[in-house]
Amino acid sequence: MPKIGVFVCWCGSNIAATVDVKKVAEAVKEEPGVVYTADYQYMCSEAGQSMIRKAIKENGLTGVVVCSCSPRMHETTFRKAVVAAGLNPYMVEIANIREQCSWIHKDKEEATEKAVILARTAIAKLNLNQPLTAGESPVVKRALVIGGGIAGIQSALDIAEAGYEVDIVEKSPTIGGKMAQLDKTFPTLDCAACILTPKMVDAAQNEKINLYTYSEVESVSGFVGNFNVKIKKKARYVKEELCSGCGVCTEKCPSRKSKNEFNEGLDNRGAIYIPFAQAIPNVPVIDTSACLRFKTGKCGICAKNCPADAINFEQQDEIIERQYGAIVVATGYKLISLENFDEYSYTQCPDVVTSLEFERIMNAAGPTKGQLIRPSDKTHPHTIVFVQCVGSRDTSGRGKPYCSKVCCMYTAKHAMLVREKYPDTEVYVFYIDVRTPGKNFEEFYRRAVEQYGVNYIKGMVGKIAEKNGKLIVQGSDLIANEQVVIEADMVVLAAAIEPDPSARSIATMLTASIDTNNFFTEAHPKLRPVESPTAGIFLSGVCQGPKDIPETVAQATAAAAKVIGLLSKEKLLSNPCVSSSDEMLCSGCSNCEKVCPYGAISFIDKTFKIAGKTEARRVAKVNEAICQGCGACTVACPSGAMDLKGFTNKQILAEVDAICR
Amino acid sequence: MQVEKSNEVERNIHMDLKKITEEQTSQTGLTEQISENRANGTREKGIGAKGDFKPLIVAFCCNWCSYAGADLAGTSRLSYPAEVKIIRVPCSCRINPIFILRAFGRGADGVIICGCHPGDCHYSTGNYYTRRRMTLLFSMLDYLGIEKERTRVEWVSAAEGVKFSTVMNDFAKTIHRLGENKKLEDLRCKEFPY
Repeated sequence: MPKIGVFVCWCGSNIAATVDVKKVAEAVKEEPGVVYTADYQYMCSEAGQSMIRKAIKENGLTGVVVCSCSPRMHETTFRKAVVAAGLNPYMVEIANIREQCSWIHKDKEEATEKAVILARTAIAKLNLNQPLTAGESPVVKRALVIGGGIAGIQSALDIAEAGYEVDIVEKSPTIGGKMAQLDKTFPTLDCAACILTPKMVDAAQNEKINLYTYSEVESVSGFVGNFNVKIKKKARYVKEELCSGCGVCTEKCPSRKSKNEFNEGLDNRGAIYIPFAQAIPNVPVIDTSACLRFKTGKCGICAKNCPADAINFEQQDEIIERQYGAIVVATGYKLISLENFDEYSYTQCPDVVTSLEFERIMNAAGPTKGQLIRPSDKTHPHTIVFVQCVGSRDTSGRGKPYCSKVCCMYTAKHAMLVREKYPDTEVYVFYIDVRTPGKNFEEFYRRAVEQYGVNYIKGMVGKIAEKNGKLIVQGSDLIANEQVVIEADMVVLAAAIEPDPSARSIATMLTASIDTNNFFTEAHPKLRPVESPTAGIFLSGVCQGPKDIPETVAQATAAAAKVIGLLSKEKLLSNPCVSSSDEMLCSGCSNCEKVCPYGAISFIDKTFKIAGKTEARRVAKVNEAICQGCGACTVACPSGAMDLKGFTNKQILAEVDAICR
Repeated sequence: MQVEKSNEVERNIHMDLKKITEEQTSQTGLTEQISENRANGTREKGIGAKGDFKPLIVAFCCNWCSYAGADLAGTSRLSYPAEVKIIRVPCSCRINPIFILRAFGRGADGVIICGCHPGDCHYSTGNYYTRRRMTLLFSMLDYLGIEKERTRVEWVSAAEGVKFSTVMNDFAKTIHRLGENKKLEDLRCKEFPY
């Protein structure tokens, strides 16, 4: 017979103000199994926990119900508390009377009544709880980082620093990511390449770090500590081990019509190319959609000219299979497509550029060698208009509802750089709000306005149209309350940033959750900001939400610290709430196997002795190390042989009964 | 204009339906029977005054998205009726049709299932099973006389506290409109097998 203790938490006034906690404790006294009830101001505090431990010892409790906040908050806390008193951690149930009761109801009587029912439900379930023991599984001491931008590089460097092997998988031919494309960084105006490229070299030279560039994650299976990952290494058609990176092939390539992705399509590259001079690895790749050899079968000039004989047109994609203990997601971002924003004429006018294109134009290694010239006629622009919040903070559905966070600052940077280099150029910035929450950010923005004379106009741009080689920008000035028309030579759009398109498929592979905007969700927005709710998956950089470089680096290091903490463990305890099959009931129909998303169910032939007769049957067997405890099989099982520990059919039915009493 | 028109048409249909059901119930004397049962206090439903309909709504929420969405509704202080009681399950695909039958058998007036959005399931495919299973179950329940509006599947993510509260308010309103569910609890099924 279970002996249950019920502990009702006041949570200060969070619960006690709307729920009569004493009444709740009193009301559940007569519930089956309940032998002890108490209430206390903060059950989660040390005093509260010791109260639980004491009650367990003094009253010989076999299980504990805590009526408090959400189990997502403190279930682990109370499990640890009962373990200290000698109970099994799974003999704890939480009645969520804060988030699901006191915080949403105002009427005290009504809230108290509901709290009693919730407590009763938890007691009904606990009456059927069984002690569960977590299995142990070893930890593979190797981490995978998906994405080789600054976030991925930083995470990998930190993990390698602690002595663990790390693999970086990067889908483009080089690591470096978006930061490599940037010209200068705010608010210090450091050159991005000067601070990034040494880190890229560090990553390449670190013997613990293994780079898989031009590669993609193909599939992920397994679980925390034991992920099994297939990586597709796409064919470069260049033998990495032979290539010296001299670049002769890229110069000789006769195809010149492909858009240069690194320069945001502002100039062209050959079919065989190295993305940029500091690329790592410094090995070219052949774009088969442009290469004459692949399109027509004739050519092969690159192979003839290669001094190292490194070109191999026969190279095939390669699948690499590896085990990892932890995975860091650092898939980064891209700018949104501006197709739906006709008013800015981005698709029609070449002199309307995105902020990232402008970065390339301003960059000394960019398509214009750092000369500020218009893409259309290569002349110097004398008036530049910057438009902020292009697709950010947009609730119309065309853009994104969130703030892209970095645009205010990089626009101030662009404006400042233009004014410094070309004092004859007038600069206007259209903004909704200027947001500068960061160290030295506000000062930086003030400098742009006061020292560099950038004209900030509060208002939106309604239309941009080309007329006689000029861009007519029509907007509103909300402070002067008038319409403004500016004849500009060039317009720069601060387009919203969105997660890289690969985020969704990667999240699906990892069974990590993403939000409505495709940003990865953190396990807890405040207390576990670098972990995904899926164990063993960590988040680094913009894949989790818009952020600037220092924040990205901080998060990357934090994610690395979490990975190191995980990899330093010899063994991991697995979730004991897994499925199990009652062999006596199992008919071996395979329904469960078909619905299992993890392939955790297999079948074995077993002999049974029933009433003196020996009978051989095929029965289901669950691999507890692979089962994640979703419970799909329990419903698919026609004979009721499958059940989920911790959420058994009986327990859930008892909960239903307790609610519908 | 068009929207207004269609709303009006809908309203008219509702009025017609209401009339028909009222006529039917008065014919069969069901109304009297229901109020008699209620006065006898055959089942406990909240602490409202007698005759004041307090529905009983069971919400099954998956641990990863919807339960977290409900928590977010709580932390954002977005209220919804106390009639809604939540049962936590690891995944919406853990919900056995029997749980829903049992709830109705024991007097629930509505059952709502909340899971992750399609494609966002923590277990990758669980909610697809839920979608298919519940489509079948709900049409069967409809056939048995438990109106389709009493059962619902909603996708609520961990970030959608507002949606959770809106959905629950709306569902409770629907159940209030439908009134008490007696189908699996009436004379024919008094001793419900589960």
